[in-house]
Amino acid sequence: MRLTVNGRDHEVDADPDTPLLWVLRDRLGLTGTKFGCGMAQCGACTVHMDGTPVRACSTPLAAAEGVRITTIEGIEGKVADAVVQAWVALDVPQCGYCQSGQVMAAAALLAENPRPSDTDIDAAMSGNICRCATYQRIRAGIHEAARLLEA
Amino acid sequence: MLPFRRAAAQPLSRRRFLVVSGAAGAGLTLAFHIPGAAAAGPAASAAPAAVSPFNAYLTVAPDGTVTVLSAHLDMGQGIYSGIATLVAEELDADPVAVRVEGAAGNPALYGNVAWGGAAQGTGGSTAMTSSFERYRRAGATARAMLVAAAAAEWKVPAAEVTVASGAVTHPSGRRAGFGDLAAAAAALPVPEDVPLKPPGAWTLIGTEAFRRVDSRAKATGRQIFTIDLSLPGMLTAVIARPPLFGATVASVDDAAARAVKGVVAVVPISRGVAVIARDTAAALKGREALTVEWDRSAAETRGSDALMAEYRRLAAQPPTAVAERRGDPDSAFAGAARTIEASYEFPFLAHAALEPLDAVARRDGDVVEVWGGHQIPDLYQALAARAAGVTPDKVRLHVMMTGGGFGRRAVADGDVVVEAVECARAIDWQAPVKVLWTREDDMTGGRYRPMYLHTVRAALDAAGNPVAWKHRIVGQSILAGTPFEGMVRDGVDVTSVEGVSNTPYTLPNLLVELTTTKTGVPVLWWRSVGHTHTAYVMETMIDELAAAAGRDPVEYRRALLRDHPRHRAVLDLAAEKAGWGDPLPAGRFRGVAVHESFHTYVAQVAEIAMDERGGFRVERVVCAVDCGIAVNPDQIRAQVEGGVGFGLGAVLHSQITLTDGVVDQGNFDTYRVLRMDEMPAVEVHIVPSAEPPTGIGEPGVPPIGPAVANALAAATGRRVRVLPFDRAESA
Ligand code: FES
Ligand code: FES
Repeated sequence: MRLTVNGRDHEVDADPDTPLLWVLRDRLGLTGTKFGCGMAQCGACTVHMDGTPVRACSTPLAAAEGVRITTIEGIEGKVADAVVQAWVALDVPQCGYCQSGQVMAAAALLAENPRPSDTDIDAAMSGNICRCATYQRIRAGIHEAARLLEA
Repeated sequence: MLPFRRAAAQPLSRRRFLVVSGAAGAGLTLAFHIPGAAAAGPAASAAPAAVSPFNAYLTVAPDGTVTVLSAHLDMGQGIYSGIATLVAEELDADPVAVRVEGAAGNPALYGNVAWGGAAQGTGGSTAMTSSFERYRRAGATARAMLVAAAAAEWKVPAAEVTVASGAVTHPSGRRAGFGDLAAAAAALPVPEDVPLKPPGAWTLIGTEAFRRVDSRAKATGRQIFTIDLSLPGMLTAVIARPPLFGATVASVDDAAARAVKGVVAVVPISRGVAVIARDTAAALKGREALTVEWDRSAAETRGSDALMAEYRRLAAQPPTAVAERRGDPDSAFAGAARTIEASYEFPFLAHAALEPLDAVARRDGDVVEVWGGHQIPDLYQALAARAAGVTPDKVRLHVMMTGGGFGRRAVADGDVVVEAVECARAIDWQAPVKVLWTREDDMTGGRYRPMYLHTVRAALDAAGNPVAWKHRIVGQSILAGTPFEGMVRDGVDVTSVEGVSNTPYTLPNLLVELTTTKTGVPVLWWRSVGHTHTAYVMETMIDELAAAAGRDPVEYRRALLRDHPRHRAVLDLAAEKAGWGDPLPAGRFRGVAVHESFHTYVAQVAEIAMDERGGFRVERVVCAVDCGIAVNPDQIRAQVEGGVGFGLGAVLHSQITLTDGVVDQGNFDTYRVLRMDEMPAVEVHIVPSAEPPTGIGEPGVPPIGPAVANALAAATGRRVRVLPFDRAESA
């Protein structure tokens, strides 16, 4: 199977029903994408497929062929930079385990909606669990990133 | 997290098992002995004279980077950054040139001072208490040695050498970085009793200047957790685990599992059957293909409803122990103007840290190495040694940054650590093995916050003041049957009653009784331990008494806390900042709670908004906290914000139930936790203090449940006494 991840092509020898998550982590060594639930409940495995956030744990390899996959390691550009900058400025992470997924979800939100309201944030981010409950800072981080992008 | 209390340093009295000893009332000292393992834990005093800080508490790279070696596991609570602040402050290091790594394997260096210093560990919100003196001293001593090295090299008096932001300078224009001097400094004699900065000279402690050391790595996916490790040739194992607590393997048919591409071995281990494969996907597929027959003869087959029914029956019978008795409750009840009774039920709770349990083990030469979120390293070293068939000195632990813990990484039998060693040994150490638990393994794997039942009777005098209080708690002991069992005194596991038996409220006639139950469901400390349920009962019951007396809940508490100024100070501050007493918009209501845990005082005012259907949303939580000297104010705020969210999710939604012994919840679809859309706005106000720093990882959790319950009672008159709120609603 042929995969395009972070702008590079990879030939992967795996069953088509293998979850994309394990291919990214175990085969390609892209461990920034995390395993938290394995059933699209927590968002720790969020990656972008053609810019749209998806759950890699519940995406079979077969569905990942022919699309551009971006992981936390490969995300770049103004929006991603603003999100990371805001996350660092506000010290958003605690354990940090959910944060790759949070950053990917936040970047996708901001790419679509550069000035999200709290309601927009609730809608876009409630699929991403943070057991450390850093939600308040994630929310503030998204607003801060939006401000940085506007400036 | 571990409930160990502060201890005075004292010699250990060794017992048959491990244990814990302490002069009466002076606190507890932790040590342990594991049958079948070579002696582990403390032999000598934990305070050797004048340890060189170099390579013990910090290392300095040639480029001047300071790496602090942390005695405490960072599970997200930020202790790496806290300890780095202490070192950087005294060392006058450049904050951005400070890194932190976990350290283990030397109780004399890393023993938890707050537990008596005998064993290393993180828990009971003690890490800052244990570190405050030690790591400042390490920084100050290292600084003195760097200065001495510069003075010797430059042939100038040490008093003329200054250090600032990682640079060592002399008025002559001489200048060196830490990296230039470290080797010479480390070879010098270690000065004793280097003075520490007076608090007035602090530039990092107590300020916003020192930020978390790990935010960028975590925001960019570069932070490496145990699950991310990849060693040459490493295999991944998942384990088929018993479907019931106490079931054991009867027979295995592994033909189909072995036929799965990528599966390397299927081996029995002490906790089930391990499927070891080239990668995670193959291991999971292999486990699905595995057939295991289980022997259920010794298994727990009761459901949680049956257990609670049994607890209700036990609550009506004489208790197994008395935890606290003051005055003469019986006569006080006889003369009371009125009495109020209530009973409360609390479910099992899973920790559900987002990084599932994991560990990596390998043998390299004659040394066995284990990577993981080692919360009690000395104990795990001994357990790993026993599982590996080597002596503890042949075990090296690597302490990894850990994706949440909430108590789950501190287990008496070292679960995943031992599993990884057993797997690697089962394949003759031919490859490193990573053991990974799935979410379902974690959710159904036990080690829950125990189920509890409380019954309370309170007597009021004519003025509405409580004159007597009888309190009975029914539930499992967390410590029983573990190497920490020595902490159980006269049948009382303090983790079952803490927060009630030591209530600060003026209750002249008090009886606290405990009935300790036994079930087959394994239990464990869960962020804030006993306070998870005792604060809820005390703070909602006091609220109910205030309402019965027709008094304001804040004023009523103040009056009953007259001998407890720190409780009163946080209560007053939270009330003031929340605008307690000010009118609220229609549909909004407030509730308050105040509780001390782990020597930290927290008050919270929750503000809820009712909706048309009788539901509510928690909109705002105003917190006041007194944790002594606030080393990193922003991390204190972060821990309290997170504690509120963690505790709120639990009281609203979370419960583990069992049907005929089988756990009903498997993943986050059925075990609900707080999500973004339910997170309130949290404000945290810190009481200025010159007292020694106390914990902050846990104390934000206990007050939120009762504060919200009290707000709901203010709104509706309804008292939620069966948790979670979800269940009470559907009941
Ligand atoms: S691991 Fe994919 S959503 Fe949780
Ligand atoms: S920071 Fe720990 S799970 Fe989000």
